[in-house]
Amino acid sequence: MSDLPAEIQSWIGEKCYEQKGEFDVERGYVFTSCASVENGNPLFWDEKVAQDLTDGWIAPPSMLSVWFRPHHWAPGRAEPAQPLQVHFDLKQKLELPEAVMTDNTITFGEPVRPGDRLVTWQVLRSVSDIKQTKLGKGRFWVIDVEYVNQRGDWVGTETYTGFGYRRDV
Amino acid sequence: MTGWKALTATELKPGDALPELSVDVSATAVVLGAMASRDWRPMHHDHDFAVNRNGVKNIFLNTPNQAAWFERYITDWTGPAGRLGRIRFRMKDSVFPGDCMVFRGSVESVATDNTGCAWADVALELAVEDRVVTECKARIAIPAAEGDNPWKRRGDQWKPRGKEADSRVGLRAASRR
Repeated sequence: MSDLPAEIQSWIGEKCYEQKGEFDVERGYVFTSCASVENGNPLFWDEKVAQDLTDGWIAPPSMLSVWFRPHHWAPGRAEPAQPLQVHFDLKQKLELPEAVMTDNTITFGEPVRPGDRLVTWQVLRSVSDIKQTKLGKGRFWVIDVEYVNQRGDWVGTETYTGFGYRRDV
Repeated sequence: MTGWKALTATELKPGDALPELSVDVSATAVVLGAMASRDWRPMHHDHDFAVNRNGVKNIFLNTPNQAAWFERYITDWTGPAGRLGRIRFRMKDSVFPGDCMVFRGSVESVATDNTGCAWADVALELAVEDRVVTECKARIAIPAAEGDNPWKRRGDQWKPRGKEADSRVGLRAASRR
């Protein structure tokens, strides 16, 4: 029998935190991302290649989560908003102050294009029993993050495995 | 089109190696990667936080930036006509400033699905000092032959999950909050 609190068990499989992106997909961040990994793919730098292959500019597929990471500060916001809120909810409810991500799967759908405004939601898939690792004692959890564009086209799904833990003293 | 080559399925076979890529990691690279992915969490820019709160030796590369590195490594090999379908990676250890990252990979299979889309499944690794710190599997659509373009595929013609059942349909619509 699982020792997982009932409240957290009730979260599993629930669609939550549906939100629209705070800003349009834009090329400035595309350049910054490409620069950070020295990605010279002409799809992101050469308009003719982009036009011929993808009917215009697109964003690197791996940038999917970038379009939903909240601003570090915004007017009227008392505390920094958190991306992947379910992850932080789990840390808080399970009283596991530290966490790391261990696995990440991204499945890509329609290309994301400058000017798109994406919509996302999160689904908690599972939470493990308590495990002992070299980092400390805690639990693994799996969270799906779904993404669609403003037309409702599926653009991708991210699946994160996180480990929330308390450091061994 | 200007100066690029498309890798096609006819050129590939299981066991083929991808060209190795080596990158020296600086603190700037870690911080730039975190900022580029809008990841403001302190363990990716604040040495004191990383050491004294997280218990690691330094700031370290964040997850979305590792995804960006793998994407770059893959499309350096395929050329721009290569279209990522799925990427899955497991981080076994962190990448820190001062590390030399080495990316390696090999083709596991080449197949054509029932829509005619050609797929290469590749196994990749990111190593530091011959220690694999991240393992990665990727499924990439590549032109079946010269003139084919995977980016033109839409809807039912695009199957990035392959044979894997899509368990994500039928999500419960109720919101928790």
